[in-house]
Amino acid sequence: MKTSNVILQSMTKVLLFLIMIFSIYIFFAGHYTPGGGFVGGLLTSGAILLLLLAYDLQTVRNILPVNFLYMVAVGLVFAIGTGVGSLIFDKPFLTHAFGDIHVPILGELHLHTATLFDLGVYLVVVGVTMSIIQTIGGDDE
Amino acid sequence: MAMINFLILPILVPLITAVILIFLNKSVIAQRWVSGLSAFVTVILSALLVNKVKNDGIQTLNLSNWDAPFGITLVSDMLSALLVLTTSIVAFACIIYSFKGIGEAREKHHFYAALQFLIVGVNGAFTTGDIFNLFVFFEVMLMSSYALILLGGTNIQLRESIKYILVNVISSGLFVIAVGYLYSVVGTLNMAHIAERISEISGISQPGVISIIGIIFLIVFGLKGAIFPLYFWLPGSYYAPPAPVMAIFGALLTKVGVYSIIRTYSLFFYEDGGYVQQVIMILAILTIIAGIIGALAYWDVKKIIIYNIIVAVGVILFGVSTMNENALTGSIFYLIHDMIIKAALFLLVGLMATISGTNNLKQMGGLIKNYPGFSWTFFLAALALSGIPPLSGFVGKVLIVQGGFSSEYFIGAAIVLASSLFVLISIMKIFINGVWGEPKTYANEKSVPYKQLLIAPVILVILSICYGVGADFVYPYISQAAESLINTNIYIDAVLKE
Repeated sequence: MKTSNVILQSMTKVLLFLIMIFSIYIFFAGHYTPGGGFVGGLLTSGAILLLLLAYDLQTVRNILPVNFLYMVAVGLVFAIGTGVGSLIFDKPFLTHAFGDIHVPILGELHLHTATLFDLGVYLVVVGVTMSIIQTIGGDDE
Repeated sequence: MAMINFLILPILVPLITAVILIFLNKSVIAQRWVSGLSAFVTVILSALLVNKVKNDGIQTLNLSNWDAPFGITLVSDMLSALLVLTTSIVAFACIIYSFKGIGEAREKHHFYAALQFLIVGVNGAFTTGDIFNLFVFFEVMLMSSYALILLGGTNIQLRESIKYILVNVISSGLFVIAVGYLYSVVGTLNMAHIAERISEISGISQPGVISIIGIIFLIVFGLKGAIFPLYFWLPGSYYAPPAPVMAIFGALLTKVGVYSIIRTYSLFFYEDGGYVQQVIMILAILTIIAGIIGALAYWDVKKIIIYNIIVAVGVILFGVSTMNENALTGSIFYLIHDMIIKAALFLLVGLMATISGTNNLKQMGGLIKNYPGFSWTFFLAALALSGIPPLSGFVGKVLIVQGGFSSEYFIGAAIVLASSLFVLISIMKIFINGVWGEPKTYANEKSVPYKQLLIAPVILVILSICYGVGADFVYPYISQAAESLINTNIYIDAVLKE
């Protein structure tokens, strides 16, 4: 029996972007306030999952032609790379650096290497969640 | 290169390698080279680390530059450095064996990456000085072991991995609960700091709540380390995956549980004659007996070796529970011996099963005729396992028994002594029935890359022999490891910099 997904599909087209934007906001909020790579990653996976429910696996693959296992690996490269960076300066592993920088138009920016680490976490979380969902939910032909 | 970070390298190198291996999953040859080389580098680095700890004392690293006890501290004392070295050696041997022994299908599905992640977890668990971080490294190790036990997806693997995952998920849950209890009592997660706080709140005897937490930790680590009666899942689960994975599991995973018991009990629940100590001693003795019964009962080569793991866990824990310097030194000696020799034996029976196409001893026989190299290696490994002097099992057992007698735990020490005999019987059963006798012909015998598969066990057996014969050379290292367990102030001061 084919069910009609019109409402779900129409809603998804709007909600997907809202959730994505919110996940990016949460990701950047993560330093001093609740949020960060992990939650941001979960939200993004939630958005992709919604897409998957409203349409099907093939649609998701067409929109995001990514091997999620490689995404995990890239995320790990970011996370480990941030840690290894401190080895070069003879500081304990995972020591972070930060500083203020003046950028025209945007003004004073507070930059922190922890963001790069968090980006790694974000990628790992999205990658792992999506690999799990694809493995369980997808029919491997 | 940065020297303050040196102790993290045996964790970092496998981690980076694992990431590289994920990208290389198309090319089996490249994966073999990268993982082999990386494992070799890890061995060298951990050997250098042992040397550094020997010369400069306990090494600590406050991750992210947060001072102890606020951040996560990694601590390499001699015990953890030696175990990291042994782990790296065992991993290296198993990787070499896997080149020919695991099959290309598994190699293409991230076998080597999972193995490297497992090494990250094991080395991390041995190195960390933070009880919650220990949990995290346990999880890293367990996740990779789930992948390894499932990889290949044969029926028996699927059946056993459900049990394995279920048992470990429950024990991980208990682990977090135990850490939560402990934190609510002492208010810190740094192990050295916990030890200090516990000694502050303990007057003449430790408060009851500490004993309760001690028992919960014992259940958690006992499930991983396979002590009586928590070993029930082990014979089935370790039986399922192929030989190199079995060797890694048998040699490393249970030992992480044993190490955790040693570490937490020497630091937190050390009270002499206390409740926790008595429980460990009784369970250790029962573990030995249960292991022996299993090892004697089976005619399946893999099962026999698997039950011998349980015997060894009992022997090591008995030595630990006496909290006597001799016995503790013996336990550490035996722990390292057991990691090497169990890996060798698992690889050897794996080879045996590959040649004969069966695990059943009754259908084997006469391997010495066509495979003399294998047979003599197995013979030496068998003698080393049961502790025939001057091979490596001997020194450890002598010290444990000596320590047991001098602390007047006669029954336990006698059982440890007697266990050697039964271990010898169980392993000689394999030798007599499998190696001696009329040579048989096996269907797939010719296609087995016998010589390549023999390299890894031979390396391990030679190491084990050197470890026993060169006991004089090794002894200072081991006694340094035991010293920081007996006199925990050395450990605590090194971490908290007092």
